[in-house]
Amino acid sequence: MTTDGPERRHIGVSEAHRPLLEVTDLVKHFPVKGVFGREVDRVRAVDGVSFEVRQGETLGLVGESGSGKSTLCRAVLQLIEPTAGSVRFEGREIAGLSRRGMRPLRREMQMVFQDPQASLNPRKRVGQIVGYPLKLQAAASGPELRRRVQELLGQVGLSPEHYDRFPHEFSGGQQQRIGIARALALRPKLIVADEPVSALDVSIRAQIVNLLDDLQDELGLTYVFVAHDIGVVRHVADRIAVMYEGKIVEEGPADRVCERPSDPYTKKLLAAVPIPDPRESRSRRKAGSVGAG
Amino acid sequence: MSREPLLSVRDLRVGFATEDGPLQAVDGVSFDLAPGEVLAIVGESGSGKSVAVQTIVGLTRSPGARIEGSARLGETELIGASDAELRRVRGERIGMVFQDPMTSFNPVYRVGAQIVEAIRAHRPGVGKGEAHRQAVELLDSVGIPDPERRVNAYPHELSGGMRQRAMIAMALALDPEVLIADEPTTALDVTVQAQILALIERLNRARGLATILITHDFGVVAEAADWVLVMYAGRVVEEGTLDQIFYDPQHPYTWGLLGSLTRIDRPRPRRLPQIGGLPPSLLDLPQGCSFRPRCPHAFDRCAELPALDARAPEAPKHRDRCWLDPEAKRERRQVEGEIGLES
Repeated sequence: MTTDGPERRHIGVSEAHRPLLEVTDLVKHFPVKGVFGREVDRVRAVDGVSFEVRQGETLGLVGESGSGKSTLCRAVLQLIEPTAGSVRFEGREIAGLSRRGMRPLRREMQMVFQDPQASLNPRKRVGQIVGYPLKLQAAASGPELRRRVQELLGQVGLSPEHYDRFPHEFSGGQQQRIGIARALALRPKLIVADEPVSALDVSIRAQIVNLLDDLQDELGLTYVFVAHDIGVVRHVADRIAVMYEGKIVEEGPADRVCERPSDPYTKKLLAAVPIPDPRESRSRRKAGSVGAG
Repeated sequence: MSREPLLSVRDLRVGFATEDGPLQAVDGVSFDLAPGEVLAIVGESGSGKSVAVQTIVGLTRSPGARIEGSARLGETELIGASDAELRRVRGERIGMVFQDPMTSFNPVYRVGAQIVEAIRAHRPGVGKGEAHRQAVELLDSVGIPDPERRVNAYPHELSGGMRQRAMIAMALALDPEVLIADEPTTALDVTVQAQILALIERLNRARGLATILITHDFGVVAEAADWVLVMYAGRVVEEGTLDQIFYDPQHPYTWGLLGSLTRIDRPRPRRLPQIGGLPPSLLDLPQGCSFRPRCPHAFDRCAELPALDARAPEAPKHRDRCWLDPEAKRERRQVEGEIGLES
């Protein structure tokens, strides 16, 4: 491992070298069709991406809108079929597996979405939402299911009494906790979180970031944490991969990427992040490094 | 705020009758804004920051709304002004920019046509050709390249940043004195955000625009504001100059917001300092200070609502709603060497 920043406490030394997820030359192109249905062009959403995520670590994936980071997440989890390339989970190739072939693996990898309200069925009670993966995979039923769901609610900082409530009765932060409880239901090894805090209020963001951190410590989870906000990513990630136009343009230990970026795009991204310090931002403006154009 | 204020808001209160009972969305907001100044109103959803500003321009008027207080724009009282008068004020004297330019533009009309319509609705004497020429000039002034061509684009043909520039151009079409920007960069990428903030600042200085910037992002505040109001559950909990709010914050909620930022210019803390709990429901506010249930420094007196007052004699305009004395605050807001809220 090439860490030169502070090693995060949750990486066990013995496990730190084993990649849980290995992505090699992954490609996802979307065809652009002309009037006769012939392919006239392609959108190269993910254009040859390779990375590894080791057991127990957090890979932060940063990029702006259109960089391909969400498509990459979906292609890695086989929610969309990659055009080419390899995705290995615990050493096993999963790219191109049938839905049926993927089914047992779905337990192992789960997703947390950006907009908790849109990702929770408004007509289902919280207990049904969180328990649904367990039911689907026949992992629990009856009183055992209820007990397990209530335990999950407790784990994410909600109370067992929330079981019979509907999603709209909760604030955005609590809804995201429900989404996280659902992702945890099948005791996955890998969680892909796509912008999990960007729709939340500022005073709630830190709570959710800390919750994800605690759950990682407790459960030994591995995260791919996707966000456009490099500040949040740097806080949660051991390593950061910066994505631009379908490619990873820079990858390295979180502090190294933020303090000594080597790629011009990473530099531009970091220079644009507003610094919540008026003196600092005045001196940056005087230097003319921000906002040209 | 030294210069003669252009916009003067006093004790603005906005209540709504809802199915679940009455609520006070804005409870006593006051500020002065002079030409060329940028006022930032910071708060999270439900803090009342948008409702307060929308009320000033008459956008919250409805049978269920109870609006009290005063908002004077020069000689004109806006609270209680006729709808026709407010329609004139909006656009001509106060321009507005919202978070999502896609929903602010009509998707089926060309951008230029919408700017032309805005100009001609207020200035019937201006001919179509002249209004079109002005629209091109406006797009050019907000940094849209190739404005002669872009003026004929539909909103969806522009990128998010270009749409927001076009929105700003439309807000400026009638040469207003005040610009209200409600989360103008929240939907944009950071590299684009920096450009839009620089544009707002340039226009603010060049045209002497009085600007109200509504945001939840302290990074944006630091880049742009002169004067800052921090709102929580409908009330201003702290107000001061930019430097007072960042370097000498008086209210524990402000400490919490500043402390929970993920900053790339500092070493990362092992754990992100967080504000515990949830913002209160406006239908069921705690007695006294609204932040009391989430505040680790709360004590008996907090059951009584503190007035928005200056607590340190050397800074009479730096006001806050917290009973702790300034000395105790200086000590308590230090968490591991930084400003924060210990939980």
